[in-house]
Amino acid sequence: MSEMKNIKNLKEFSTSADRFEGANLLCPGCAHSIIVREVLNATNDDLVLSASTGCLEVCTAVYPYTSWDASWIHIGFENSSTAVAGAETMYKALKKKGRLKQPERNPKFVSFAGDGASYDIGFQWISGCMERGHNMMHVVLDNEVYANTGGQRSSSTPIGSSATTSPAGRVSYGEKRNKKDMMSIMAAHGIPYAAQVAPNKWKDMVKKIQHGLSVEGPVFINAVSPCTTEWKFDPKDTMHITDLATDSLVFPLYEIIDGTELNITYRPKNVVPVEEYLAAQGRFKHLFKDEYKYLIKEWQERVDAKWAYLQRREESRV
Amino acid sequence: MAFDKMELRDIEVWDGNFAAAQAMRQSQIDVVAAYPITPSTPIVEGYAQFLADGYIEGEFVMVESEHAAMSGCIGAAAAGGRVATATSSQGLALMSETLYQASGMRLPIVLNLVNRALASPLNVNGDHSDMYMVRDSGWIQFDAFCPQEAYDLNLIAFRVAEDHDVRLPAIVNQDGFMTSHTAQGVHTLTDDVAYGFVGEFKPMNDMLDFEHPVTHGVQTEEDWHFEHKARQHNDLMTKVMPKIKEVFADFEKLTGRKYSPVEKYDMDDADVCVVCLGTSVETAREVAKEMRTQGIKAGVIGLRVIRPFPFFEIAEALKNVKAIAALDRSSPNGAAGMLFNEIAGSLYNTQNRALLSGYIYGLGGRDLTKAHLVSLFKELQANVDAGKVTTQLQQFIGVRGPKLAYL
Repeated sequence: MSEMKNIKNLKEFSTSADRFEGANLLCPGCAHSIIVREVLNATNDDLVLSASTGCLEVCTAVYPYTSWDASWIHIGFENSSTAVAGAETMYKALKKKGRLKQPERNPKFVSFAGDGASYDIGFQWISGCMERGHNMMHVVLDNEVYANTGGQRSSSTPIGSSATTSPAGRVSYGEKRNKKDMMSIMAAHGIPYAAQVAPNKWKDMVKKIQHGLSVEGPVFINAVSPCTTEWKFDPKDTMHITDLATDSLVFPLYEIIDGTELNITYRPKNVVPVEEYLAAQGRFKHLFKDEYKYLIKEWQERVDAKWAYLQRREESRV
Repeated sequence: MAFDKMELRDIEVWDGNFAAAQAMRQSQIDVVAAYPITPSTPIVEGYAQFLADGYIEGEFVMVESEHAAMSGCIGAAAAGGRVATATSSQGLALMSETLYQASGMRLPIVLNLVNRALASPLNVNGDHSDMYMVRDSGWIQFDAFCPQEAYDLNLIAFRVAEDHDVRLPAIVNQDGFMTSHTAQGVHTLTDDVAYGFVGEFKPMNDMLDFEHPVTHGVQTEEDWHFEHKARQHNDLMTKVMPKIKEVFADFEKLTGRKYSPVEKYDMDDADVCVVCLGTSVETAREVAKEMRTQGIKAGVIGLRVIRPFPFFEIAEALKNVKAIAALDRSSPNGAAGMLFNEIAGSLYNTQNRALLSGYIYGLGGRDLTKAHLVSLFKELQANVDAGKVTTQLQQFIGVRGPKLAYL
């Protein structure tokens, strides 16, 4: 079993970060550092961490500095999951052989990657790790765009968003495809736990991380990570945007246990119209022109349908 | 130990793949992450069978691609244990990104590379295109000419790579099918003697030491990248060759089998000489012996170590030779062959102005016959007699159709 932190309130939580330094080069208002801190704060276990090439990696481990006070590795863009899987395999091998330096320790293995490194280029590696049943957690910092290279679309970029490789223009409303449903794909691997989390709902996140770290086998966590530069909002508004994402149900918070049992973990008291979520971000600005208003309507319908689907799944327990 | 030792006869009949698998077993690898590809697959299959039969304790991860195989190996090696894998050709090409990352992180992984042609056209047979493709990736590279050497060099590779002054990954090359699938008598070591030679793995900067967390694979950009790569390059050029010679000497003491970075055959008084790799070395030696009966003073150099390139040893071995043929088993598209270039580079600052010509042979598993080598030695002798290279500098051996040559 893993060793969990007992955290009473947000103030205590925010000051209990001891393995990820505030000293890093991430943008002001970047949700990445908040999510990483919340993940690491959830546990007192020893950690072996990895990060894919991306904002998190290039901003936290620039030689001769590091923001990480836990063993950490970066190999490439696509393989943070497999890097941690390799370390986990070595742990198992050395444990079997009685050659661990600190045999009493019970480390947890966590990989971090953006949506580009998870939904796209790293997809095969994550699928492999999930299928093979490594005892690890893969956390997606889902900002729905290739932010580190300057805002290209990924398969997580939502329809209607203006990205640099699917820009809105005189005759285009931007990204033409729906966001890939990674939660369903990952859950279909039959893994013990998959969950969507958001940094504003920190108690929900901590609970899910603690659950994920306590199960045997691969765990998939998808964390919404609003990006000030590519979503185009004021750095002070990160939590406001995250609130809009969860409260409009654009980014619903739920978990899937053993690939089947689905639980919705957050039901907003007052559901916010999707329009409000879109209006708060520069990447959707063009959707408010008359000719694209229908897309906002479609957005709302899609979100409603997905929410209805999640509720049906939850009720029917299949 | 919680696993069974294996009783081996003094001489076993093994092919190169099984010889490599046995060396991996005796070295007691902690983690193997691998993906199947012809002709290297039997190495990891052999390892998996040893695990299944209880002859080794460790973890074998059958991953979903060669890129993931080396990614897993890197994670495992960084965690602090002995790691090895095997691949060939397209698998190596897919893996190649991670090769640079493994060497840049100074992780002592051993890769058995069973040499095979690179597509296109698709071809599963042996040539050295894959070996040459990753020659600059920062890995130490050994070359085995036969199954015995595939066995011995694996044991040697762990010793060299894992040395704390070296800390660089190592490739053991062997010729696809010609070595990997050809069974020969292999002199064996007992499990205890072999493991005693390789030694216990001593971790350095291991991620599983929770009292001393480490960061692997940082970003550097222009302010530090040069220093890191320069240090890695310098270490490969200055520290590795002395270490290899030291381990070769230890191995000779243990087994009587003598290895050298540059394997010389009849080179003491040779006028003409062929420099080559892999199975061709033995064929060339056979032909050189015959040429001597015809009055041509022929010698052969087989390269045992390709990286770091043994510049000084090559220059020394070639100092009295009048004509040299560099045999490259890869298509150096758009340039001269690797051996041609490296040998020219090794000799340039010496007084030796031997006539150097390059030959491309054996692509995609095409045979190099004794007849080819007879005419090649004769051509070298003709060059000596004429005092110049009488043919074009780069020629193809045994290719059908109009004669191909250039330069």
